[in-house]
Amino acid sequence: MNDHKKTVYLASINHAIPPYWQNMANDLGSAVNFAFPCIEIAIDLNLFYSEERGQYHSTLILSKILNRLPKNGEKIIGVTNVDIFVPILTFLFGEAQLGGKGAIVSTCRLHNEFYGLPQDDRLLYARTIKEVLHELGHLLDLVHCRDYECVMHSSTYVEDIDLKKPQFCPVCQSILTTD
Amino acid sequence: MQPYKILVVDDELSVRTALEGWFLEDGFKVDTAESAEETLKKIQPGSYDLILLDIKMSGMDGITLQKKIKDIDPQAIIIIITAYASVDTAVEALKLGAFDYVTKPFDPDDLSNLVGNALKQKELTTENIKLKEKISELSSIDEIVGDSIEMNRVFEMVQTVAETDSTVLIRGESGTGKELVARAIHSRSKRRYFPIVAVNCGAIPETLLESELFGHEKGAFTGAHYRRKGKIELAHGGTLFLDEIGDISSKMQVDLLRVLENKRFTRLGGDKEIQVDFRLICATNKNLEKLVEEEIFREDVYYRINVFTIFLPPLRERRADILPLALHFIKKCARSMGKAEKQISPQAEAILLTYPWPGNVRELENAIERAMVIGKHADVRLEDLPLRLNEQERLSERAISLSDVEKLHIEKIFKDTKGNITRAAGLLGIDRVTLYKKLKKHGIQRESF
Repeated sequence: MNDHKKTVYLASINHAIPPYWQNMANDLGSAVNFAFPCIEIAIDLNLFYSEERGQYHSTLILSKILNRLPKNGEKIIGVTNVDIFVPILTFLFGEAQLGGKGAIVSTCRLHNEFYGLPQDDRLLYARTIKEVLHELGHLLDLVHCRDYECVMHSSTYVEDIDLKKPQFCPVCQSILTTD
Repeated sequence: MQPYKILVVDDELSVRTALEGWFLEDGFKVDTAESAEETLKKIQPGSYDLILLDIKMSGMDGITLQKKIKDIDPQAIIIIITAYASVDTAVEALKLGAFDYVTKPFDPDDLSNLVGNALKQKELTTENIKLKEKISELSSIDEIVGDSIEMNRVFEMVQTVAETDSTVLIRGESGTGKELVARAIHSRSKRRYFPIVAVNCGAIPETLLESELFGHEKGAFTGAHYRRKGKIELAHGGTLFLDEIGDISSKMQVDLLRVLENKRFTRLGGDKEIQVDFRLICATNKNLEKLVEEEIFREDVYYRINVFTIFLPPLRERRADILPLALHFIKKCARSMGKAEKQISPQAEAILLTYPWPGNVRELENAIERAMVIGKHADVRLEDLPLRLNEQERLSERAISLSDVEKLHIEKIFKDTKGNITRAAGLLGIDRVTLYKKLKKHGIQRESF
């Protein structure tokens, strides 16, 4: 019955999603009833690099991602491995258009190595899944949730992400179902 | 619960957009403004829960804009956004009442914490204002009932003196409500969040009064098994109400004078001086001037306490207040006894109005309470009132003057006609001009009917 599912394109920017994450679409689909076809897109990220900050401008990358949304597609979430920012904030895990079509997730600060800890691919994968679901929630008009286990809980530290579950709490779920 | 409303003021579009997106994801209602002019158009008292304001904008600078915002909405909570280069300016903004400042770019966690704290402060401030309003309502002077010219004068004096920290002397016969007036002054003063401690100096034997007022240390005298704070110490920050001040002994007058002069005292049996801060209100039904003349009351204490005097008229001199007071007490009793409120029968009303009330408001309250307890009818009747009042019926003609009878009759007619001058004049058989003159003569206010 996948034909009736809404589609959210998962865009791997410059091979940011490794091949061994082939289960990502399924894992996301088990949390929310959407189809997640994966596409590969190439973007010249140098255009959005800030020498001063050593980071990439998230909003500008997001505008490029939106241009790659397939004609039949409803929403697109880009995944990048570079460190992203908006001018007013020091960093972001992701950015989404609330109730809009596009979002971006950065895996840069989801790596354990970023914090001087040993590499942990399973943890990285789990964090990425949660962040993709979080930004998807914003695309579906959900705002931050007070339930710290809900995937829509606001995360300013990576530890906050680890506390969350890769699913929407009953309240957020009910909002999604109603909509 | 309504979402919080945030206004982001910054002349950089990217900053406005980023913050708008951030706060929208947090469930806030977000508005943005790119200039001081646009901001001032949007600001109204209470229009935003939080304002994020860039300190450096083209045109009007953030400091001037902050002042203008505070002029429009003094309760506005403002967080200053600044670059490192302008931290000094941000500090100046803090001195002018900004909640806090953040330097660009800021850590997402800092922003979340800052906004969370600011909104918590906003909630507490709002709650505090509401609670203060509630306390003011609860401690209002509505216990003091009266609309006579005499009582309105008292209310005005209460209002005037409450705002000061002056010592007040309340004078009046027993039962006129001196303590109520003292409490009204306290509840309207800046000390209202501290206690009012009342001491009835006339009711406590002199030997105990000293310990009652000054407290004592453990072992100060036989039976002093523990240290005890006195009323003066307990009144710290608030008001000390000394009722029946005319009844205190010469020694106590000296001790009290010392405390009043330097606001320091020592507990009985103690050697440590204790500094206190209180406002003094005294009350008496005695003729203090006569007591001074007779050298029973010290002149220096008299002048110390006689700073601002409020005279409470006896009930017989403000008869217009008798029925409103009686109805107030009926309501009060009905509420506490769980009974229905009652009207007053015309016969009972006449007695209430003519009785001289030597015990003043207290006697009236007791009479009404008795009537409410024993009365079996839907209204308060003559037989429900204490016997002393009923006896008055026979004596009433001799007890009051012709002028008082005239005043009472005019008030009765006014009550029946609900203050209608033409109808009242018709019923009284006099013309309107004569009626107006009589109203003036007796100090009757038709608006009160």
